[in-house]
Amino acid sequence: MGEMSWSGRQGVAVPPGARAMGDPGATGRFGGYGGRYVPESLIPACHEIEAAFRAAWGDPEFRGRLDTLLRVYAGRPTPLTPAWRLSRELGITLLLKREDLVHTGSHKINNVVGQALLAHRMGKERLLAETGAGQHGVATATAAALLGLKATVFMGERDIERQELNVLRMNVLGAEVVPVTTGSRTLKDACNEAMRHWVSSVDDSYYCVGSVMGPHPYPWMVREFQRVIGEEARAQCAAELPVGVPDYVVACVGGGSNAAGTFAGFAGTTARLVGVEAEGGAAATFGRAGVLHGFRSLVLQDEHGQVREAHSVAAGLDYPGIGPEHAHLRDGGRARYETVNDDEVVKALLRLARTEGIVAALESSHAVAWVIRAAGSGEIAPGSTVMLTLSGRGDKDIASIKELL
Amino acid sequence: MTGSVEEFLTARRGTGRPLLVPYVTAGVTPDWTNIVRAYADAGADAVELGFPFSDPMLDGVTIQEAAGRAIAAGTTVRGILDEVATLDAGVPLIAMTYSNLVVQRSVAEFCAALAASGLRGLIVPDSPLEEAGELADAAADAGLDLVLLAAPSSSRARLREIAERSRGFVYALTRMGTTGERGEISEGAARLGRELKELTDRPVLFGFGVSSPARAAELAGHADGVVVASALMRRLLDGARPRELGAYVASLRRALDQGAR
Repeated sequence: MGEMSWSGRQGVAVPPGARAMGDPGATGRFGGYGGRYVPESLIPACHEIEAAFRAAWGDPEFRGRLDTLLRVYAGRPTPLTPAWRLSRELGITLLLKREDLVHTGSHKINNVVGQALLAHRMGKERLLAETGAGQHGVATATAAALLGLKATVFMGERDIERQELNVLRMNVLGAEVVPVTTGSRTLKDACNEAMRHWVSSVDDSYYCVGSVMGPHPYPWMVREFQRVIGEEARAQCAAELPVGVPDYVVACVGGGSNAAGTFAGFAGTTARLVGVEAEGGAAATFGRAGVLHGFRSLVLQDEHGQVREAHSVAAGLDYPGIGPEHAHLRDGGRARYETVNDDEVVKALLRLARTEGIVAALESSHAVAWVIRAAGSGEIAPGSTVMLTLSGRGDKDIASIKELL
Repeated sequence: MTGSVEEFLTARRGTGRPLLVPYVTAGVTPDWTNIVRAYADAGADAVELGFPFSDPMLDGVTIQEAAGRAIAAGTTVRGILDEVATLDAGVPLIAMTYSNLVVQRSVAEFCAALAASGLRGLIVPDSPLEEAGELADAAADAGLDLVLLAAPSSSRARLREIAERSRGFVYALTRMGTTGERGEISEGAARLGRELKELTDRPVLFGFGVSSPARAAELAGHADGVVVASALMRRLLDGARPRELGAYVASLRRALDQGAR
């Protein structure tokens, strides 16, 4: 261990003033973004889910069940681990919020346990989900098994090829994986197909959206279910850091659920919030306002309004949009969004693995890559404290990076 | 042709004629405007023009494929409007597209451009009542009828508001699902048609799953007419020429007229 002081006392009491990212109200608006751009057929279902979520979120019994499952089933709270050696190399204090250590290996479980409990409470029999890297699909299949629900997961054919292990995991868990063969055959098309299927099965199926996207109430609800990341991390920082709050809070962004949950815990603090996108899927950086998958946000699209395909080494970031609240945080300057390229990401994955013994997911390695770059360039001042959410573990990615070793 | 979609359709309905609105994806073939003319000549009362979008949430495989083909061929909103401007079909043309294309610059600019090229109506399936306020105002200002969708899942209160705020006609979905020929027509369709007819004098047209002339005639018995899309686009994707698509529309026309007798 390095010279950095570290008590290991990591209480998880929620600090006051952590609620700056609030309720978007009945219209689900974050500034000009968000909303509910879905066919009339789905409007009653959206209303029903919003009402059920509002009731459940205010119900101590529901909250108690969720907290219990997150604790004894998912393995929360997750530790905040100092990256001792990498910190020393970079001249900063880098703290890792270890979502890679939860059950199923990524933060996706936080949201899915919440939504599955909600679906169960609503009397639904089946969970529908889209998945890119397969992490949300695995989490959904897991929560479905836990609660005795069926699961149908839509996954692009191209993602099925590059994430074979997660497809097998879903099969083992009893979920049906439906290959999506239209469009770019990745996450964007899986979302379209999940929505289409939802329209025709809305009576008995619940669409378990995997990120802070989709029609209201999903962007808000998913952020609330992921808020646990930020609230734990905030409390852990308060317990460990001399000043209580890190200088930077960093997370990777595809749709942006781990970042939204992380930022929610720090929005009311002085911490600078940084979302890191894949260069080939950077909607906050290169996108224009548009409407996709039921919400208004920043979207990668051509000059005519056709949505572009995103490209990233990380399947989970291959999404041409960004959660509407991120677009709002960007416009208001509360958070900033940076991009890193595939090469930097793979290098960051290897560097973290070899300095800390932690193999992060390619998605999470985007956040690591930006911190390495920014600390190297002096953009992050020497001596700064950086809290980085390590959203998932990299086991699933080993095969795809083996040629790069 | 003068007047609004609603005036035109209401007048046609007044002659005792069930209404028929066939669909074509603009740009799906180089000669797509000939398809529009063939539809009109075969007895269409209006024509729905799909403006292709990369992520058509409410469309089944057939319309998706047609849209993909049109986009791959370089179809753009501007290009469609230029072709529409030279097209006098003799019946109202109604655009159908998704919100992302509508909000590109501003909804007002989009509606004005549609109206300037001669389109009379607009359908945006992912813009429900709650999101349609600004669009409805822009459409009204431009002289476009904004057609709203009603679904089997819509409550009576929502149906009342949809019937009140829709212009041109009310687009009643026969079932919960995407566009396409597969699947049976839900029992809810007849109920939906009946309820909407009680709530409004505007024409009520059924769409989704109108897969054959017999089905068209059956559905028209519960409302004022039908929109037919996938059955036509499937034939087109299988190689049908404008003349053959026109012949299919004529068979729909005959079945509707016989059913009304």
